[in-house]
Amino acid sequence: MSELTPAATVAPEARLRFEGLRNFVRRNPTVAIGSILLLAIVLTAVFAPWIAPGDPQELHPALRLRPPSGEFWFGTDMYGRDVFTRTIHGSQISLLVGSIVALVSVGCGLVIGLLTGYVRAIDGILMRVMDGLMAIPDILLAIALMAVFRASVKNVVIAITIPQVPRVVRLVRSVVMTIRERPYIEAAHASGTPFRRILMRHLLPNTIAPLIVQATYTGAAAVLTEAGLSFLGAGTPPNIPSWGNMMAEGRSFFQIATWMILFPGLFLALTVLAVNLLGDGLRDAFDPRLRRRM
Amino acid sequence: MYVYLVRRLFATLPVMAVVGLFVFSLLYLSPGDPAALIAGDLATAADIARIHQKLGLDEPFLVRFGKWCWDLAHGDLGVSIFSNLPVSKLIGQRLEPTLALASTTILFAVALAVPMGVIAAWKAGTLIDRAVMVFAVLGFSFPVFVLAYILIYAFSIQLEWLPVEGYTNLKDGFGPFLAGLALPSVALGSVYMALIARITRTSMLEVLSEDYIRTAHAKGLAPERVLIGHALKNAGVPIVTVIGVGLALLIGGVVITESVFGIPGIGRLTVDAILSRDYPVIQGVILVFSGVYVLVNLLVDMSYAFIDPRIRY
Repeated sequence: MSELTPAATVAPEARLRFEGLRNFVRRNPTVAIGSILLLAIVLTAVFAPWIAPGDPQELHPALRLRPPSGEFWFGTDMYGRDVFTRTIHGSQISLLVGSIVALVSVGCGLVIGLLTGYVRAIDGILMRVMDGLMAIPDILLAIALMAVFRASVKNVVIAITIPQVPRVVRLVRSVVMTIRERPYIEAAHASGTPFRRILMRHLLPNTIAPLIVQATYTGAAAVLTEAGLSFLGAGTPPNIPSWGNMMAEGRSFFQIATWMILFPGLFLALTVLAVNLLGDGLRDAFDPRLRRRM
Repeated sequence: MYVYLVRRLFATLPVMAVVGLFVFSLLYLSPGDPAALIAGDLATAADIARIHQKLGLDEPFLVRFGKWCWDLAHGDLGVSIFSNLPVSKLIGQRLEPTLALASTTILFAVALAVPMGVIAAWKAGTLIDRAVMVFAVLGFSFPVFVLAYILIYAFSIQLEWLPVEGYTNLKDGFGPFLAGLALPSVALGSVYMALIARITRTSMLEVLSEDYIRTAHAKGLAPERVLIGHALKNAGVPIVTVIGVGLALLIGGVVITESVFGIPGIGRLTVDAILSRDYPVIQGVILVFSGVYVLVNLLVDMSYAFIDPRIRY
């Protein structure tokens, strides 16, 4: 918030709100840094066709492996494609996969978690399944699923979502288990409140804050896993410019064309950093007792 | 105590059963007919049918699963579709590099991360603390392969101190062995370090605010003794837990690190198997990795009683 509006010209109500925001930023600098960085990356993805107007797939066989210059900011790859254009467009697939995986896995995990936390009959079996899935390291599980599926963005999303769901289930379940024993739930039961109402009115709201934090971490993990899968050649189809794909293509040229790997890699790291900062900051903001500890 | 240990041991059975079922379904659901693959292009329908019968591919799911488990219990992980070698043998051949990489990484990461976390907690709020926390956030955000290439660029291409890739056997000299593993271990270990440093700091901060720490200080103990003997000892359980849980990150990272640095280990075997869709090998590798992960976490659980004698099962 560097461009300050002269306070006197702003309506009192707006000024209050502005000061509230300023206080929030002062108390939670990581949220602010993370959101600004993430916003910048989201804008990059949305306006990619305007920021880098060229076609990311356009070949220039005569201009292969050119180092970064005024004409090609990030250099060109082995087919003469512009690395800057491809890197900017690559943000789209990363953010798309990250956000869809975060939403879907939180949604699925919430439903399963509420059920296992509250309905004891299915808790045993479902949690064993979740434990089993969690025993397989997530990138390995995603790799295994991609070995069965055909390579497509949809299948990448599914393969990354499945290993993330058990983590959300565990989180929701633990929240529900602690709240379930509280007297007000017992009272609601005793007074004949229907199960659905207890679920919606009492259990669900308590899970929201930890779920938002979990969603950011899941998003970061998804961005990383997508890039990892693509890097290994088991992810997003190679005709789509994703950061992982670009780095995979740059592998054999790394010693002569470092830029092919370093630029997409840097953007990838910045994106994950932004989401992680946001998650850490939100966790502190939601639970001030944890502040300065983690 | 023994009752608990036995119970805990049995608790890993359903977990491994789910892993097994998942891994088996993978092969069952995988597209393509393994018999057609084995028979080759010139095979007739009758040839394929014969192979089907020989391999028992026509039997129902549960029967095949039962047979598969039975073989597994006898150490038989199946046969690779492409090299025709037993999967257990393939994994055995690739074991040394992966073990070497994993153990140097764990040693180096734990040896650096725990002191970092302890100092950060001790000097909470100072510049040192901030630096450790910044490192932790960065460590989480830089993917293994991005960090790997940055390290290769700096230390192998620019400075020419270390090899770009490859693996040297231990018997070919300890120096080259370590030089080959230096960059992979740092690249692979940074996430792990970040995780451990963070938990160590949190756990230490909690313990340092306890009354007995103030008492120890008050009775005039040297600060180092309070920090190591009293605080770190009591902060040990979460640290050991995260070392075990973080192994999942490490295993995922091994697959990528070995590909970047051309280390002929199990991770490399996994990637090759994925790219050639060699399902028996994929199954075997996932089973072995998951088995190791479950086993290590079992050991971690058991170590609680040694770290904290108050914990009795």
